Amino acid sequence: MDFLILIQVLDSTLRLATPLLLVCLAGLFSERAGIFDIGLEGKILAAAFVSAAVAYTTGSVWVGLLAGIGASVMLSAIHGLASITLKGDQIISGVAINFLAAGLTVVVAQAWFGQGGRTPPLQSGGRFEPINFPGAIPSKEMADVGPVMQLYSELLSGHSLLVYVALLTVPLSWFVLYQTRFGLRLRAVGENPAAVDTAGISVVGMRYAAVIICGVLCGIAGAYIATALQASFTKDMSAGRGFIALAALIFAKWRPWYALGACLLFGFFFAIDNRFQNILLPAWSLSGVLLLTAFGLAGYVWRKDLLDKIVLGGLGLGVAFVSVLIVASAWSAGLSTQIKIPVVFIQSLPYILTVVVLAGFVGKAIPPRSGGVPYVKEK
Amino acid sequence: MDVMPKWADVVLVPLFSLVLAAFLSALLILAIGESPGEALKLMVEGTLLRSAGWGYMLYYTTNFIFTGLAVSIAFHASLFNIGGEGQAMMGGLGVSLVCLFIPWPHWSLAIVGASVGAAVFGMIWAGLPAYLQAKRGSHIVITTIMFNFIAAGILNFFLVGALKPKGSMDPATANFPASTHLPTFEDMAQLLGFEKMFRSAPANVSFFIALLACVVVWYLIWRSPLGYEIRALGKSGPAARYAGVGSVKIIMITMMISGALCGLMAVNTTQGESERLILNFTEGAGFIGIAVALMGRSHPVGVFLAALLFGFLYQGGAELALWTKIPREMIIVIQALVILFTGALTLMVRAPLEQLFFAIRRG
Amino acid sequence: MTNNPAIELKGISKAFGPVQANRDISISVMPGTIHGIIGENGAGKSTLMSILYGFYKADAGEIFTDGQKILIPDSQAAISAGIGMVFQHFKLVENFTVLENIVLGAESGEFLAPSLRKARAELAELAAEYELNVDPDAVIEEIGVGMQQRVEILKALYRKANILILDEPTGVLTPAEAGQLFRILGRLRKEGKTIILITHKLREIMDITDTVSVMRRGEMTATVKTSETSPENLAELMVGRKVLLSVDKTPAQPKHQVLEVSKLTVVDEAGVRRLKEVSLNVRAGEILGIAGVAGNGQSELLEVLGGYRSATGSIRVNGSEIDLTGSSSDGQSRRARGIAHVPEDRQREGLIMDFTAWENAIFGYHRDPNHQLNRFLMNNAAIREETAAKMARFDVRPPNPNLTAKNFSGGNQQKIVLAREIERNPDLLLVGQPTRGVDIGAIEFIHKQIVALRDQGKAILLISVELDEILSLSDRVAVMFDGQIMGERDPLKTNEKELGLLMAGIISEAKE
Repeated sequence: MDFLILIQVLDSTLRLATPLLLVCLAGLFSERAGIFDIGLEGKILAAAFVSAAVAYTTGSVWVGLLAGIGASVMLSAIHGLASITLKGDQIISGVAINFLAAGLTVVVAQAWFGQGGRTPPLQSGGRFEPINFPGAIPSKEMADVGPVMQLYSELLSGHSLLVYVALLTVPLSWFVLYQTRFGLRLRAVGENPAAVDTAGISVVGMRYAAVIICGVLCGIAGAYIATALQASFTKDMSAGRGFIALAALIFAKWRPWYALGACLLFGFFFAIDNRFQNILLPAWSLSGVLLLTAFGLAGYVWRKDLLDKIVLGGLGLGVAFVSVLIVASAWSAGLSTQIKIPVVFIQSLPYILTVVVLAGFVGKAIPPRSGGVPYVKEK
Repeated sequence: MDVMPKWADVVLVPLFSLVLAAFLSALLILAIGESPGEALKLMVEGTLLRSAGWGYMLYYTTNFIFTGLAVSIAFHASLFNIGGEGQAMMGGLGVSLVCLFIPWPHWSLAIVGASVGAAVFGMIWAGLPAYLQAKRGSHIVITTIMFNFIAAGILNFFLVGALKPKGSMDPATANFPASTHLPTFEDMAQLLGFEKMFRSAPANVSFFIALLACVVVWYLIWRSPLGYEIRALGKSGPAARYAGVGSVKIIMITMMISGALCGLMAVNTTQGESERLILNFTEGAGFIGIAVALMGRSHPVGVFLAALLFGFLYQGGAELALWTKIPREMIIVIQALVILFTGALTLMVRAPLEQLFFAIRRG
Repeated sequence: MTNNPAIELKGISKAFGPVQANRDISISVMPGTIHGIIGENGAGKSTLMSILYGFYKADAGEIFTDGQKILIPDSQAAISAGIGMVFQHFKLVENFTVLENIVLGAESGEFLAPSLRKARAELAELAAEYELNVDPDAVIEEIGVGMQQRVEILKALYRKANILILDEPTGVLTPAEAGQLFRILGRLRKEGKTIILITHKLREIMDITDTVSVMRRGEMTATVKTSETSPENLAELMVGRKVLLSVDKTPAQPKHQVLEVSKLTVVDEAGVRRLKEVSLNVRAGEILGIAGVAGNGQSELLEVLGGYRSATGSIRVNGSEIDLTGSSSDGQSRRARGIAHVPEDRQREGLIMDFTAWENAIFGYHRDPNHQLNRFLMNNAAIREETAAKMARFDVRPPNPNLTAKNFSGGNQQKIVLAREIERNPDLLLVGQPTRGVDIGAIEFIHKQIVALRDQGKAILLISVELDEILSLSDRVAVMFDGQIMGERDPLKTNEKELGLLMAGIISEAKE
């Protein structure tokens, strides 16, 4: 029974990690080419809406998918125009694209369907159905079979096509980036565009190519959310996935296989969050972990300057205080009392982990060197 | 020499951007089968032609002044504070703690206390990413985005947990005591003998704090040695180093001021309007600050005018949603277009203007 | 081999707005020779090379290789015409391997593995042929500058370049590395390659080239056989008049010790020792000039003295010790101690290009109570007025304090910096490259100001890569090489040759 729960959580991890993975790889292509993209969120949202709307109207999920990709690529083109051709601020452009998508999707959805910014539920044919592998058994019979069958039927089988597509995108991205001429040039253009330019290759062309690939992948992710994970578009349904994917990208240090790991980890957090309302830990272990963190911080700032002492020391004191609170509240009932870990903590873990990685306390993440900088030819 | 005179750069570029944004929005309104002229008329009538409309507009304006100033001051140091949402949320937490747990005898003292609480909480929430940028080189755009999400988590944690009154199902704190309630424009109008003015509109005294903030920020940026150093660091890191302007110190101070300003927004929304802390009270104002700062060219006067404009759009947008098929999100589209034209496609907006001036100069 | 020139330019002209960068330039270089192009900074050498490499389109003129007229609209065309370029700032991808850098843009197919295999084999051949040994799997950021330059040369050779253009190739090299480079170039010449060497260093031209062209203000003033000319002759052609940068000055009357530096050591972020136990002193009323090839520790010395780089050792100013640990040392406390600093790079450090002249006129002194109304506000009106007066005294044109710094010419920008630093009446003035990119008229003015300050009894530390400037201004000359002071000379009793040997690290009298 316990094994089955694990399998179910992993199954849900895979489902939830899929859009993250696609978007993370989208960001990877863009950022590896030197174009920062915080507009990933907007692209997913636009694609989610357009794919759902078109799939509903035409009754074909495939036409919906294509339309979603088209919408996402159009936003990518705007981002390219702003940040490559017009050498504008890439971050501001990304912010604008997020708002553009957030606003337009609801305005247009309201105008088309009049359901308060939603699309009507997608019928069969208008959404991606799970693919059942040969011999896989339905969920309700799962408890009666052995672990291998459970693994096969629940975890491996029964996902929509796009889940498998996303998984295949990882080795494909790796291959394109590291084993092809295109990939070599793409990575070079994000590190030192002048090297690419003097080698007689168009920096602008490479960067547009990367941005368009980013759009395509975001489009698939958006379509997945609206037509596979759910079966309609709802307002703001991207729910910050673009930003989490960005976090995963940093966590993965801009590498495809690491991206898979990061997205699965973050997907796992969400799966846990979905599955368990209460995660209980004995008070002593909880406060112990917190105390250790506090001591770690204290040890780190011991020989640092005043600012480090104030900021990190303050943080350490805060953590120690929480730890004391836990002990105090559990004191009467004994230190092995089960304490509930707040759900929001699990939800916030991806962001916290990303900040820790960005801060360079664990494995420094070094972004592509020319990221965010428009290329201006030197005289 | 520059092609355009400075005034044209400062005034015409944002205006032209606005015209472009308005034009595209009008097209969108046409496309969804409504009349742009009718929409504008509704917006003006619902906002500018009745006092309650003004009362709503100035309420939004107050928020946008705070967040717009916050983004502006960070821009001057070449920092992009995209974390206004999170800082405002923490500010709300600060306001609530001050209002709930300190027995204030009178609102005039409570507003001081709440402002300090809001500013300090916002400051801390901006100070952490600032520290990570200054000392560890972590990109502040990413960290502030992450801190928005973490702040939302913390707010959620307190509103469904410790701060929620027993027995309540609502994720919100208890109502603040009456002695902390701020006078609204309606109250003030009555005091001056005008009945039936600003009826039940949320604008309140914190609008004047926002105005004061504009003045203070103007002096800070353009008149004080600290502002000089902030601008110097923003323009050239190596030069600041040469002049002995410490980047760590300036990044910390600038971001903390920025965070404090975002936090102050909560005095308006939490103490002034809802009179308790609720989820999602920021309503994206932290992000609108970006549009306001860009549109206002990071100058307090510009920020004030842009905040008025966005206040108008927000109140007008609510009117549209009420009377037409155009949803409130129309405003987000306009906001996105303004950010796009003033911040990212600047070259495209400038080019025709520059040509115009070039032609004029030639005679 | 035919008798056609390997490359020939006819009547190349290029203007940027009103500035004529190249005017009617013609050169012809025979195969298997090294041709030097020499000229001062801003003479138009880089523009010419950019035209040859397809970065700019010439307004007029024609280019021929091996007798065939060619068009070079972009870098790709230059590469296929057999032109290879080694830029002053290398165009390498730092975290790629040598092999990946060489292959980039010259891949043999869609997939990398075969390209890399082919390149590895060819690289081995090239290495054998030209004695250019490089580890193909080394990552660029982990190999030295000299090695990186070899990779650039290999990149060009891998693309079958017959004509190799090198832009200021020795600017970043140590003398030993420069020697190796010239050996490689000699070898390439022997194998029939044509080389164009762009430099402003006379010695290099004399050492290695077969023919040399001199550029001045966008024009080609002469093309001669190297064997038939002399350094003096070339220098004259470069500058356009007899090189007589003498400054009227009386002998120095040094008084008390102002600056005492002892055993100053700087280790940079990468762990490289940039300064190695440097000791020197400057007295009131004298100018100590520090000569040396750029990149031998002069910049670091200025940064430490200016208070924005930490170091070990000791610095005493007017007898009192200065803290070097970094935390309590900064530019502003140095200024309070009477140290003024004209930095080497005025556009990057000395000025904020987007600030107005009056804002720049107090840069670094903005916390001075004299500029303030009260603790919180600056007295902008008074600063503007003062600046206008200062600009008049230093003949800054136009004398408009409200103009932004980027709208002034180089010379006038430098006068703004100089005015700011000199008018503080400092005890010690640090000056780096005071006349870099400054027109002749302003140079004289700036030199006079520096000497005048000395005559007021101030101590001056002058750092310049222009030997003439050092010799004509200094009362004592110290030479830096590889982070050390190689020796000290009396400018009246030494000559360029002796200083050159010190600068190259060939003779040394470094003590301790």
